[in-house]
Amino acid sequence: MSDHERDIDQHSGTETTGHEWDGIKELNTPLPRWWLITWYVTIAWAIVYMILMPAIPALPGLGTNTPGVRGQSDRVNVAASIDQLHTARQEDAARLLGASLQQIETDRDLQQFAMAMGESAFGDNCATCHGAGGRGARGYPVLADDVWLWTGTLDGIEQTIRHGIRHEEDPDTRFSAMPAFGQMGMLDRHQIDDVTEYVVSLTAEEFDAEAAVRGAEVFELQCASCHASDATGMRDVGAPNLTDADWLYGGDRDTIYATVFNARNSHMPAWGDRLDDATIKALAVYVHSLGGGE
Amino acid sequence: MGKVELDLKRVPKKPVPPPPQDLYAKRKQIYPKLAHGKFRSVKWLVMAVTLGVYYLLPWIRWPRGAGAPDQAVLADFAGERFYFFFIEIWPQEIYYLTGLLIIAALGLFLVTSLFGRVWCGYTCPQTVWTDLFIWVERAFEGDRAARMRLDKAPMSAGKLSRKLGKHAVWLLISFVTGGAFILYWHDAPTIARTFFIGQAPLSAYWFAGILTLTTYFLAGTMREQVCTYMCPWPRIQGALTDEQALNVTYRFARGEPRAPMRKDTDWSTRGDCIDCNQCVQVCPMGIDIRNGAQLECIHCALCIDACDQMMDKIGRPRGLIAYDTDAAMDAVAHGQKPKYQLLRARTILYAVLMAAIAGLMTFGLSTRASFEINTLKDRSPPFVQLSDGSLRNGYTLKLVNKTGDDREMRIEASGLAGAELDIIGLQAEGEPNVFLLPVAANGVDRFKLYITVPPGTVARQDHITFTVTDTDTGETYSNTVSFRGQ
Repeated sequence: MSDHERDIDQHSGTETTGHEWDGIKELNTPLPRWWLITWYVTIAWAIVYMILMPAIPALPGLGTNTPGVRGQSDRVNVAASIDQLHTARQEDAARLLGASLQQIETDRDLQQFAMAMGESAFGDNCATCHGAGGRGARGYPVLADDVWLWTGTLDGIEQTIRHGIRHEEDPDTRFSAMPAFGQMGMLDRHQIDDVTEYVVSLTAEEFDAEAAVRGAEVFELQCASCHASDATGMRDVGAPNLTDADWLYGGDRDTIYATVFNARNSHMPAWGDRLDDATIKALAVYVHSLGGGE
Repeated sequence: MGKVELDLKRVPKKPVPPPPQDLYAKRKQIYPKLAHGKFRSVKWLVMAVTLGVYYLLPWIRWPRGAGAPDQAVLADFAGERFYFFFIEIWPQEIYYLTGLLIIAALGLFLVTSLFGRVWCGYTCPQTVWTDLFIWVERAFEGDRAARMRLDKAPMSAGKLSRKLGKHAVWLLISFVTGGAFILYWHDAPTIARTFFIGQAPLSAYWFAGILTLTTYFLAGTMREQVCTYMCPWPRIQGALTDEQALNVTYRFARGEPRAPMRKDTDWSTRGDCIDCNQCVQVCPMGIDIRNGAQLECIHCALCIDACDQMMDKIGRPRGLIAYDTDAAMDAVAHGQKPKYQLLRARTILYAVLMAAIAGLMTFGLSTRASFEINTLKDRSPPFVQLSDGSLRNGYTLKLVNKTGDDREMRIEASGLAGAELDIIGLQAEGEPNVFLLPVAANGVDRFKLYITVPPGTVARQDHITFTVTDTDTGETYSNTVSFRGQ
């Protein structure tokens, strides 16, 4: 640029850059120098940062990203935070362990903590089958109503969560088996038709009375040992009440026929060795509070 | 202004090539001279008040009873509260802060359209701290002429000690400034102690450090460059001032043509400006106010003081440089009487808006309930049919107690025939459907509620009302929410 001669714009008194386009000249209004210095400082800072922190991503042949001198890793930080959280929770969890389920439910402080803990644990572990808020699904019982296959007490719920249902690896699991009457040849198709009609007759308005009477005999012989003579079920063996409006799989003829023919023996895993004691207690209190607690 | 003439003739070529043009301009050091007068006094006073408020406010105590901090002004992040004397803001009431910011912005608009950049000239932290730092500089290095001499002089023990002393005091002020900032976020006496024994939170050290550095650099070395290059306000104010706004103005009509004063000066044939340059020497921005309104000018009015002092000395009336409006200047230039209009559409609008928002906020604050009831209906499941066909809906009741006392609330459900209320963990008191809910002081309590109605009472959807009554004061609060049957 030194070959340019100095040129002062007469109107503004400012020096021009010497560039001219069709008679229009560019005034030289330089940037403040500290801007330039600030820019150099940011470059220097970027270099320092690249040395200290992970900076260059995992390019082919490089294996991993450059770790940086400080060894900063979000993954490690998250793990540390989670550990910290667990430690912090231990105190409250310890209070849960020391209290009975009944105490937890009536003590305001413990209850609020257990409900929050239980709600989050339920979302992580139980809601997959039982639905958010225990709304249930076909084959997975609703936990928010007052119908229970086994039991709805606090201790009973804890027992179920801890040992599961028909979880054969656990000796304390809740166990019963409905025979597959059709598959095993215990009843022929006509008998199953009849007993289906009888079960339908317990809640429906329209049914074949003759078949139902024949079915009632079959029921008394084959089913009453678990579902009881009046078909109101038996909680000790998890046999549902067939006279109420609540159906786990469905109360229509086809579904009942399939149930009698193939049997229904649904399974719930035991959570005793997957979740810690405090979580199981919190879950029991939470499930008990969903609406059906006894 | 006359006709613009562009002379495109180039300056004749010199035999020696000129030095290359610099793309970046070096800062010209400004040595503001100490001014004396009305506005300088006002500025000292404003500085004392604003700095006093900033440094001392967190130390004021305001007893609020047990369990609550006794600091008058405190942003308590850990406790999720903001305290300002008798006002206590909860996180969900952050809109009060928004209102405050809107009022502050409108206030800035209002004073700008009335008096120009008084914010910049008197109260902006950048101006106040720069003024303080220049005062320190003057104490160590002397006034303008002495400082210029000192900077030109070669390094010596005397120069070094003056410079070191100045920077040491600057750093001390900066540290106190950064340190005072963190007092607003923690209990002041506690953090002031833990800070020095290394037990304060890391964030306190970060913020104290950052604000120490910004204070030191912005007020010590950057000074007027912050206003000229970094601050957006000089750009925005162009939209806020008009020809009726009072600005620090050199009265051309009276001052020109300027000329140095001689013994036998005849004032009738010339302007009052004697070109003494005092207005330029006291300017902290290093500009010449006689060039008219400029982006750099922060309207601190020190040039008014300097010029008035000069006018007194030469026996001319004060006010050659004064707060004046463009409209008045124009009128005088045309031989008319200047007119001033403080009441204008925009100033009235700003004032009315400010009053309206301040009124709204005062209304909101004064009628603010000390208790809130929120009922959230469970969405999953939306409703549950029980084995006997009755219907049940679940609700989460949140009771917010903003007082410092534990309260006991009696809850009732109404609006649905045959509705039965259950609350997890609580027993009905005496009669069914009546429960007493304990609500802790200064907190939020949650309760899990179930409403069950007999079969056939709710077909699709209905509503239920929860009413809570303070068993002591009898205050009632209620919420009506939906009950779903389908």
